[in-house]
Amino acid sequence: MDFNLGFLLISIFKIAIVLAYLYGLLTVLGHPSKKVKIGGVIAAFAIIQIALVPFGEFQVLADFDKGLLIQACTMTMVALGLNLIYGFNGQFSLGQWGFYGIGAYTAADITYRWTNGDARGLLVAGLAVTLIGLMIWLVAKLVRVFKGMPVLSQFTLYLMGTIVAGAIAVVVGNLVSPVFTPLLGTISAPGPLNNIVALQIVFLLAALIAGAFAAEVSFLFGLPVLTLGSDYFGIATLGFSIVVQTLMVNSDTILPFPEMKGGRGMIGIPKLDATIWFWAFLFLLLIIIVMRNMIYSSTGRAITSVREDEIAAKAMGIDVAYHKLLAFVIGSLFAGIGGAVYAHYIGFLSPGTFDFLVGFNPLIIIVFGGLGSMTGTIAASFGWMFFLEGLLRVLLGQMGTEAPTWRFVLYPITLLLLMLVRPQGLLGNVEWGFLKRPASPARPDRNAAVDVAASAGQ
Amino acid sequence: MTLDTTPKDTAQAGVTASGDSQPTPVLATRRLTKTFGGLRAVNKFDLTVREGALDGLIGPNGAGKTTVFNMISGLYAPTAGEVDFLGAPIVGLEPFEITQLGIGRTFQNIRLFPNLTVLTNVLIAYHPHAGYSLFHGLIRNARFDAKEREMTERARDFLAIFGLERYQSELAKNLPYGEQRRVEIARALASAPKLLLLDEPAAGMNPYEIGRLMDYIHFIRDRFKLTILLIEHQMRLVMNICEQITVMDFGEVIARGTASDVQNDSKVIEAYLGRGAAARTGLRSH
Repeated sequence: MDFNLGFLLISIFKIAIVLAYLYGLLTVLGHPSKKVKIGGVIAAFAIIQIALVPFGEFQVLADFDKGLLIQACTMTMVALGLNLIYGFNGQFSLGQWGFYGIGAYTAADITYRWTNGDARGLLVAGLAVTLIGLMIWLVAKLVRVFKGMPVLSQFTLYLMGTIVAGAIAVVVGNLVSPVFTPLLGTISAPGPLNNIVALQIVFLLAALIAGAFAAEVSFLFGLPVLTLGSDYFGIATLGFSIVVQTLMVNSDTILPFPEMKGGRGMIGIPKLDATIWFWAFLFLLLIIIVMRNMIYSSTGRAITSVREDEIAAKAMGIDVAYHKLLAFVIGSLFAGIGGAVYAHYIGFLSPGTFDFLVGFNPLIIIVFGGLGSMTGTIAASFGWMFFLEGLLRVLLGQMGTEAPTWRFVLYPITLLLLMLVRPQGLLGNVEWGFLKRPASPARPDRNAAVDVAASAGQ
Repeated sequence: MTLDTTPKDTAQAGVTASGDSQPTPVLATRRLTKTFGGLRAVNKFDLTVREGALDGLIGPNGAGKTTVFNMISGLYAPTAGEVDFLGAPIVGLEPFEITQLGIGRTFQNIRLFPNLTVLTNVLIAYHPHAGYSLFHGLIRNARFDAKEREMTERARDFLAIFGLERYQSELAKNLPYGEQRRVEIARALASAPKLLLLDEPAAGMNPYEIGRLMDYIHFIRDRFKLTILLIEHQMRLVMNICEQITVMDFGEVIARGTASDVQNDSKVIEAYLGRGAAARTGLRSH
């Protein structure tokens, strides 16, 4: 039982490097020149690829750190989504972890079936997501025709549409799948479409389907529930998380998914060892760009106005219900994609991972980083992984097998201290580079303003 | 769709609407009623506001004035009765739809977006006319850039008209109280209303500030060719600037007319000062 000072110093150094890397990436992304942006992003990917190349015994980014990095990416996706829902839109949600779980299981099921010679996963899920999306679009048009339709009637329409669309997807998917069966082969003799390259494409599709599916579930769930006041909404989303976890535990008994193996956990998910870091960074980058562009647009301002004062937003002509739903759906989309990436990094899904208590982690992260700060969320997610999972787990692990449990005493105390010293979160309103509010266009010269005033006075 | 908040547009709308010999009133309520449980907050409230008017709605605390405003702006669904705006019924529409039709309002206790800048507060009022969709915002195309620049410049010019330009980068919550009121009125005007509902604009102001507010209200009415209906407790303000005054008590209209009509109405005096006072002033006036 000795305290390893060297390890502590190296770990702190690692956290500093990671934060510097993120700072650099965001600064480059915020550069006005397109060439610098693209070059910077390519360089950012190249740096990681180089760091992953082993030099004999030594590897700059060892497997353990690479794992932390990928988990930090998925955690950032989930937390950014939650920050959109809670930090920017003001809707206190405990359901984010449920959408993360939905995304993880959906994507895992698709690739698992694919590698086991069953194309139905991809076909049925892909069709279902597309048809449900189409149905939502159509029903939304229909609802607009009948003005003043109660929310529960709308919900019933959407739900019936979802059931029909899902049923069609299952039937058609099962009809088409025999075409693919010979191409996939069996697990002992994989067919031409069942190799590492095809798997990347299937994973990409699976991740998008998982995100879309999480978004559609959040639409159906959010439509009636978002009309509740914020506290009641929080309780309802907590219920949602518990329902999702219960379904996971019983996925092989009450749901027709024996491959998920219920509470024993789903094993045999193809791990994309060589490429998953790339996907994780790519999706994270896309999510950061989408989130930032959305926040700094008129829609983003409308979403924020709902957080500030719902009644005033209504009086300004803002469709409050629509913007709540929009933030909720996009936040869930991020979580779903995060879940898909996580499943293909870890290769094993257990319902315990998606317990609602673990689901408080992204909430703590966004409060820690600063509600309504994208940079804060990103920095806190990476810091969280490297600090809690990396540094403390190993450091305390050296002091005894039970010692890592102290993490869960240390971090609430840290959070408590932070809330006392800096209630606005670690970074408050500070944003880095790309995530800064874009400079508003230059003030037209004084004369122009005078002209406007003069013409107005006529 | 473009930003139609220019004074010119508003003025034109006003001219076309008043073309008939018998112009449609901007606002007409008929037998508007609201009950909360057993409490009849507003009972059979009738009101007509003609084009370009500056009318007042007064009454003791709890008379139902704000409830009337909330029903007009769609925040409350009336128990019974109708509201017509420019001749079209608006009961049952969502509040944001009513705002987009052209009814702007302010609130008794200021409701700015406190943690956003004054400029953003105004920009939010432009959202329904932003001229680009979320998709344009995500891909940041030329349309987004142009519309966003146009909106920002317009919002700045708009703030300059009210002399609020120097506050544009301040958070709304950091402004002095009187300035917050002015920002709230400016923001309501940014949503391009034809009818502006002001709920106690002079609340918490000293006599000097009330004097400035009266000039301000006259200014915005003439400048934006507005129709204004205001609720107020400050008799000096109401009696000075309002053309037609409606007096409410216990949810009912008890008097209506010009400032001098209302001031001499015994029912009004009774409602404000009590029965004894009404009797005494009655003696004095006879």
